[in-house]
Amino acid sequence: MYRPSSDMLLLAILRCLALIAVAIVLLIVVFLLIESLPAVRSVGMLRFFGDASWHPAGGAEAGRFNLTPMLIGTVAAAAGAVLLAVPLGMGSALFCRFYAPRRIGGVYRRLVELLAGIPSVVYGFWGLMVLAPLIRQWQPPGQSLLAGILILTIMILPTVALLSESSLRSVPRSYLDGASALGLSRWSTIRGVALPAAWGGIFTAVLLATGRAIGETMAVLMVAGNVVQTPASIFEPVRTLTANIALELGYAMEHHRSALFVSGLVLMVMIVVIVSLASWINRGRVHV
Amino acid sequence: MTRSNLQITTPSDVSAGEVARAVTGASAEDAAKAEHLGVAASDRAPCCMDREPVVCTEHLTVQYGGQTAMRDVTMPIYRGCITGIVGPSGCGKSTFLNCLNRMTDMTEGCRVSGRVLIDGGDINHGTVNLLALRRRVGMIFQKPNPFPLSIRKNLTFPLKEHGVRSGSQRESLMTTALQQVGLWEEVKDRLDAPALGLSGGQQQRLCLARALVLEPDVVLLDEPCSALDPIASGVVEDLIDSLRGRYTVIIVTHNLAHARRLADDVAVFWLEEGAGTVIERGPAEQVFTAPRHPATAAYVEGRRG
Repeated sequence: MYRPSSDMLLLAILRCLALIAVAIVLLIVVFLLIESLPAVRSVGMLRFFGDASWHPAGGAEAGRFNLTPMLIGTVAAAAGAVLLAVPLGMGSALFCRFYAPRRIGGVYRRLVELLAGIPSVVYGFWGLMVLAPLIRQWQPPGQSLLAGILILTIMILPTVALLSESSLRSVPRSYLDGASALGLSRWSTIRGVALPAAWGGIFTAVLLATGRAIGETMAVLMVAGNVVQTPASIFEPVRTLTANIALELGYAMEHHRSALFVSGLVLMVMIVVIVSLASWINRGRVHV
Repeated sequence: MTRSNLQITTPSDVSAGEVARAVTGASAEDAAKAEHLGVAASDRAPCCMDREPVVCTEHLTVQYGGQTAMRDVTMPIYRGCITGIVGPSGCGKSTFLNCLNRMTDMTEGCRVSGRVLIDGGDINHGTVNLLALRRRVGMIFQKPNPFPLSIRKNLTFPLKEHGVRSGSQRESLMTTALQQVGLWEEVKDRLDAPALGLSGGQQQRLCLARALVLEPDVVLLDEPCSALDPIASGVVEDLIDSLRGRYTVIIVTHNLAHARRLADDVAVFWLEEGAGTVIERGPAEQVFTAPRHPATAAYVEGRRG
């Protein structure tokens, strides 16, 4: 088959780029594995979940390497944020797409986009100066799982809202016209036609938001209190896996350092599990 | 009927559709009797014999953002008849149709003046229940637009939203509607399969079933066959033919042969002074064989349009 030379060049460039993207992902995984290998070998995977506490500085024998409280902190903060952000974000998307007058809808979307563009350290700073003291007045100490959840909620809200909205916007006009012509109310149309048609996009939005909630480090680190413990209530301080890495990497040596890479590995496994779970849940959806 | 009858068909009132059906039922019974007596199928008169106008437009004019798209259309549409709307592209045929169930409301910058009366009630009056109106005046679009749901849900969901609470009743209404459009045998074993997996002709028949399951009085069809292949188009055409007498059908079509075969009455839309309007209307026979307007004559002979 004849191909013009410009096509061949483009093809070569695209192949290179694709290769680089894949290579980076693989290299990161390999690096994580290599770095965590010493700890896995001498401490053993089981102790990361069964040890009495997290005191990793004492070496492979004397140290304690329990990641479970931080794993629980990560899961609790992310789950709480997703539970709050999904209804809020969906409501925002539905308002923007179906209820807001054109001009207000446009301004509103701009504002949500702005929310998405604020750096996480700014969220964290605001959370530390405003949110945590507010919570302290109600339930001390203020720096807590709740503060982390609220900050994460605000941070992932734009992801849910903007992606859901664009997914709703891509629902063909003909479906909505068809529903109107049948005398269905706006809410019936949304519930019965628009949401099912936009399901795939909304699902992706929630997935991305969950990923961000799990991976977010700085803002949570600044407001969550960072005590390594399994929280008994949402008002107690927690430390997430990401915050743990950021806090300790600066001075961690040998096995401690390697143990931090293990927590990175655990984070990655979590994300993989969630994505697989999501595609498994989504497997039967062939209507869209 | 008066305006108040328009409001009877509220979403929560199932039987109101049947009440309305009973009103039109007289002509349907006549039709059935006539068929029983062996009246030739080509003799369409019995099916829309009463010549009772059910939809009337009076000086209907539509503007899109100040631009007049359709001007001064006054036209009665008779109960139980198939009224064909023909004419070249862009002369207000679809706009006319969209006025009859107020789909024009959904177009920004669209202004409708003049009146649309259905059984004497002005559908643009402030107190009209829009959802009930659209239930009463069904619509089929040019491109089949089944919802991205299962075949079953395409029919049961609108029923549910219109207040049919009993699941078994929804199922039986669905079955009847699918039989009515000749789709039942084709889909009865895969009712939970996605509707978008059907062929184009099947999708269009499903859309028709979806409209008919709500028991409308008037069915609007906007070039329902133009996106279909000739065979599917023939099936849908026969189906529309079978609606005569039971429903008041208004069909927009580009296809003159189609209109000639189907329509009892024909209205010819034409572009005059930049806006579409009706230049000739009357019984199909007369419009096609003895047109009065020179443009109609040229159009039906295929010399123009």
